[in-house]
Amino acid sequence: MAEATSHVQQTSKQRQELSLPARAQRRLSRQGVAYLFLLPGFLIFGLFVIYPMLYSLRISFYDWNVIDAARSTFVGLDNYRTFVNDPIFQRAVLNTVSYAAITVPAQIVFALVAAILLDQPLRGRTFFRVAYYLPVITSWVIVTLIFEFLFNSQAGFINYLLRDVLRLVDARVRWLADPILVMVPINLLGIWKGVGWSMVILLAALQAIPDEFMEAAAVDGATPWQRLRHVVLPLLRPTLVFLLVVLVIGGLNVYISGLLLTDGGQPQGRSHFILTLMYAETFDRLNFGGGAAISYFLTALVFVVSVVQLRLLRRRVEY
Amino acid sequence: MLLRSERRWYHLATTYALLLLGLLVVLVPFLFMLSTSFKPQQYTFEYPPSLWPAEFTLRNYVQALQRDQFYLYFLNSLLVAVATTTATVFISSLLAFAFARLEFAGKNALFYVLLVGLMIPPVMLIIPQFLVAKRLALLNTFPGLIVVYIAMNLSLQTFLLRGFFESIPTDLEDAVRIDGGSRWTIFRHVVLPLSRPGLATVAIFTFLYSWDEFPWAHVAMKEATRRTLPVAIALFQNQHLTQWGQVFAASIVALIPVVAVFILFQRHFIRGIARSGLKG
Repeated sequence: MAEATSHVQQTSKQRQELSLPARAQRRLSRQGVAYLFLLPGFLIFGLFVIYPMLYSLRISFYDWNVIDAARSTFVGLDNYRTFVNDPIFQRAVLNTVSYAAITVPAQIVFALVAAILLDQPLRGRTFFRVAYYLPVITSWVIVTLIFEFLFNSQAGFINYLLRDVLRLVDARVRWLADPILVMVPINLLGIWKGVGWSMVILLAALQAIPDEFMEAAAVDGATPWQRLRHVVLPLLRPTLVFLLVVLVIGGLNVYISGLLLTDGGQPQGRSHFILTLMYAETFDRLNFGGGAAISYFLTALVFVVSVVQLRLLRRRVEY
Repeated sequence: MLLRSERRWYHLATTYALLLLGLLVVLVPFLFMLSTSFKPQQYTFEYPPSLWPAEFTLRNYVQALQRDQFYLYFLNSLLVAVATTTATVFISSLLAFAFARLEFAGKNALFYVLLVGLMIPPVMLIIPQFLVAKRLALLNTFPGLIVVYIAMNLSLQTFLLRGFFESIPTDLEDAVRIDGGSRWTIFRHVVLPLSRPGLATVAIFTFLYSWDEFPWAHVAMKEATRRTLPVAIALFQNQHLTQWGQVFAASIVALIPVVAVFILFQRHFIRGIARSGLKG
């Protein structure tokens, strides 16, 4: 702005004549411009991310009164103690952790296969890539409803496939009415929706591997399997670690598919995930303190799991 | 021992067989959605299930859009997504410009504060955001949705744009500065025009995010006429458990802009994801 204009117009002689306070002032006003650039962003970010993050921690120590916050009572760690001893919460943690443990490796393996297949000159490569990416860009709500339809207990496609085509089961399976069986569509959905994203990341990493590496290995007489095992996978290691960490975070945050497919943890709250339980606790039972405590538990879990993974795997990432 | 050309043929055949199998698994669910949306109600659960409608009808679309008001939810989604995208592109490029090009006290500290936004699970913020929005009278309003969407996107998009801005050579800026141009001029007339691919990537991902967002809209928008598509579709299905034709007609309508944006801007997509690990 104006100060920048005057800055250029001044001769060096004039500049020498400036007193020290004036120079300091100018530097301040130049910095002031920078803060103007930052203002709108940090206003919104502070009000809707940073402040809520701290506010939530506070709520989690209170029996929070939604109508009149001033009448909330401090209960210390009671909210945390209550849910840790609650079998429904323990079940939700188990469901969530198994979801991550099942969907993450499956996504990575399928994505790796797809990426290796598509990392060669093929007719229709772009088409396959776009098609595989379709589930990723489709909203969680829509894909969850599609799976609910396919896994319908009476005449769903999956029951038809299992009973009448493959003859693997005698009777139609009631997928959505059982707390364990409902995990099948939820986990399959998590895998099905996520593969395309990991595939694109892995494809980019594969294309960054110089051809000479592969040629050198081929000249040395390495079989395709040996090349994969000893050349490609070690080179992909940083990408695989990145995927692992990001996908585990995503897996622990499973929410929409659980909410819609289990109708909020039915039956008897045994099909809850951590976040669906948080939702039910907060917005159905209006226990905001308990809900905030659960969300902080999840945040801590995500943080610890990520740090542990990076600790264990980073050493060999930097080579 | 196989001949070289034979081996090559086997290799190609296996590759295509696997790729087609994958294609089947990916597309069949979508095809069921598509065909059910064109089937009359009584054929929804015909047995055996069929991908081809025995009787073809557009009734589900007409009913979903008119009687069930999905045209309204579509417009709501469009309004929210366009406003969020415009504001996010503008605000995060201001931030990114400051972090890439300006000097000020506390620069590193502020950048780390911003990066906190990348590390916290978004759904954990819903409770306090709900209480903040309630106090500011933003619940059940479009601005209440939009401002939270902007906040949730700022960290990632600023991070991405800062990278783009830093890759622009500074020679041009120096020339502008010597000609007496202000920082705003540099931002507006040098850095922004040169960063179009980066801005496009940010715009696309923000648009899709706000078009698809469910958790926040689900708690913050109880006013029926102001719902966005994901919430409207989920609630409609919950209330009309058997009307899959209309549910899927509405879903297809909601999906069209997403697929259009994706196919049109495929290049930006792939680059954006590969560059930053943006989640689509």
